[in-house]
Amino acid sequence: MTTQTLTLAKALGAGLRRAMTDDPTVMVLGEDIGRLGGVYRVTDGLQAEFGPRRVVDTPLAESGILGTAVGLAYRGYRPVVEIQFDGFVYVAFDQIVSQLAKMHARTNGAVKLPVTIRIPVAGGIGAAEHHSESPEAYFVHTAGLRVVSVATPQDAATVLRQAIACDDPVVFFEPKRRYHVKGEVDPDLPLDDAPPMGTARVVAPGDDVTLVTFGSHVATALDAAVAASDEGTSIEVIDLRSLSPIDHDTIAASVRRTGRLVVLHEGPRQAGVGAEIASVVTERCFEFLEAPPVRVTGYDIPYPPAKLETNQVPDLDRVLDGVDRVLGRAPSGSGATAGVEVGA
Amino acid sequence: MPSTMGSTSRDDLSRAGGARTETASGTTDGTTAGSTDDGWGGGAARTVGVLDEKGVRHPDPALDRWLTDVDAGDQEARATLLGLYEDMVVARRIDAEATALQRQGELALWPPLQGQEAAQVGSATALRDDDFVFSSYREHAVARRRGVTPVDLLRVWRGVTASGWDPYSVGMATPQVIIGAQALHGVGYALGIQADVERGVVAPVTGSSDDGTPAAVAYVGDGAMSQGDVNEAFVFAATWQVPYVLFCQNNQWAISEPVTLQSPVPLVQRASGFGVPGVRVDGNDVLAVLAVTREALHRARTGGGPTFVEAVTYRMGPHTTADDPTRYRDASELDAWAERDPIARLAAYLRAGGLLTDDDEARVREAADAVAAELRAGVVAIEDPTPLSVFDHVYAEPHPTVAAERAEHAAYLEGFADATGTTTTGTTTTDRAAQGADR
Repeated sequence: MTTQTLTLAKALGAGLRRAMTDDPTVMVLGEDIGRLGGVYRVTDGLQAEFGPRRVVDTPLAESGILGTAVGLAYRGYRPVVEIQFDGFVYVAFDQIVSQLAKMHARTNGAVKLPVTIRIPVAGGIGAAEHHSESPEAYFVHTAGLRVVSVATPQDAATVLRQAIACDDPVVFFEPKRRYHVKGEVDPDLPLDDAPPMGTARVVAPGDDVTLVTFGSHVATALDAAVAASDEGTSIEVIDLRSLSPIDHDTIAASVRRTGRLVVLHEGPRQAGVGAEIASVVTERCFEFLEAPPVRVTGYDIPYPPAKLETNQVPDLDRVLDGVDRVLGRAPSGSGATAGVEVGA
Repeated sequence: MPSTMGSTSRDDLSRAGGARTETASGTTDGTTAGSTDDGWGGGAARTVGVLDEKGVRHPDPALDRWLTDVDAGDQEARATLLGLYEDMVVARRIDAEATALQRQGELALWPPLQGQEAAQVGSATALRDDDFVFSSYREHAVARRRGVTPVDLLRVWRGVTASGWDPYSVGMATPQVIIGAQALHGVGYALGIQADVERGVVAPVTGSSDDGTPAAVAYVGDGAMSQGDVNEAFVFAATWQVPYVLFCQNNQWAISEPVTLQSPVPLVQRASGFGVPGVRVDGNDVLAVLAVTREALHRARTGGGPTFVEAVTYRMGPHTTADDPTRYRDASELDAWAERDPIARLAAYLRAGGLLTDDDEARVREAADAVAAELRAGVVAIEDPTPLSVFDHVYAEPHPTVAAERAEHAAYLEGFADATGTTTTGTTTTDRAAQGADR
């Protein structure tokens, strides 16, 4: 095992390179991914190495990209599609939800569509409109798709390779706030030695509160755990890694010990991933709960302009506020810090 | 070739979808050519053909070169022509039987193809086994030509499955309901063929009349021409020059919307703006359809890139068995198109040449009736799938959420075992009620 220090973006590129080397049917398609190497340089150098027939600059039409990927997979290829920014995926929605996700079931299992859709996701970088979306709930809600969200450079490399090797379509979210964070990475790690793609991971052990999150907010959660420990509160942080399926067993095991759940994500709260986790925890761990689950999330508003985005993206203080609420140090309930009943 | 068809009424019908009341009868007298020029809206579009409405064969060198086998005048040519005729007759018979089965409650829904037999049989006959078809939901004659059995054709419409066949076993994807989505799948599949050839895992065929690589063909309708996916398919196919044919059956109607609502100019004109060769063919002329599809496939197979075919035809029946066309189109329009019936036209041509005898017709009719009888017996014998099969094939690899829900539903169904004597079929309200106070 040889590790290198890589940014998350470079680790993704290394994972792609490994997958393309291992399997000649892996093709990469997207806008500006060839000579430019992608707007985030994730595919930097791949076209020079593998040629323009395997690293394909597409016309600017996301539905066209996804529809093409469906056809390629039909023919036996493993396309890896880059959607340039999260907000651009919606024009490909039918091809993802009605075509890609359902084709295996529609053909009674005859057709497998191992398509990986890479999407730089979420905000916090002062971007333009439609460049800071958190659309994960749409895809988690769609049968036939797997949805993953990586938080570390090593996961970036290995989970991407697992997604490409998976015979199901996978929506692969890349936290764009974390693209430049560095870590030790073994891009060639045997996939059998890596945790399975659908599993969560406890990234900080704790006893008082279970804090579940994914993607860019794993870092926020770890900061919160450090800050809370200064006040004598022990937080267990779980990096979900997979949003479909959700590793409910790992979450439930933690909540049964801590009795308290905070779910943290940036996407809107209503029918979000946090709602699903709070529901399942309530169903499975009801008698262990010391307090109602708390959701610290983005609000149910359009993503705001850059100067206002700190009102939408949960930060350390909002996470600590959520921890206070689940511990009974502040009025309980999601979004009810002023004791105001909401949602009535 | 120069047009000798003076009247424009045929083309008025082609473009109007229905608002006009001219009839096609009388516009041809047997002396006109099949190919015509059209003065539709913003520009002219030539409609190529070789059989006129009376079934008279007219020369067109551009098309004739693709029809040397059917023009050969030998027994093989006769067999091919009779095969085209039989495929069309049987397709219409299957269509009629399916409509009857729907009326009798044996099918949930049926989208009839009547009127489009030549467009479908002609184009599908041009295909090789190693080509791949992505169709919409009305291409029953194409599916049959690919090898789908009539019973398999109807499974989806009986509501027992999402797919009546394995796409890889016949080289044809299962029907697409989202309008135009399949056009892009064909482009991607063709890109895969291109990649296969470059990687050396597929070798072009040599030494036959249709040499070259496999190709992908997508069938769409006139309504689909407005969809973004179809327009994106044009762009992607042109950019990559993939082996692809986009075959549009312009049957004049998208449910109640005439084709003029989709486009102020002939649909074929779209192609040139995308840099794709386009041809507009009389879709009720099976020989012309065969010829233009062969040419398009030849271009695809030999590195010439994609082609767009607009086959001008007519949906003689409703959009589906749930539709009522009398609400939006005149009976006179149907009468006019009946004069241009694709089967009658080929029959007239064959009879005039002594290639179709009374005995042949009787034999074909009997064959069609036999298919219909087999179809009916097969369809009514299809059993409902087991309830838990709804959890099959959601994912190709294990997924704990679906596994848990499957177990949950199995346990739920088990609860009816005492009342019904079965463990997996008791899902109806009646069964639940039978449980009475136990539940």
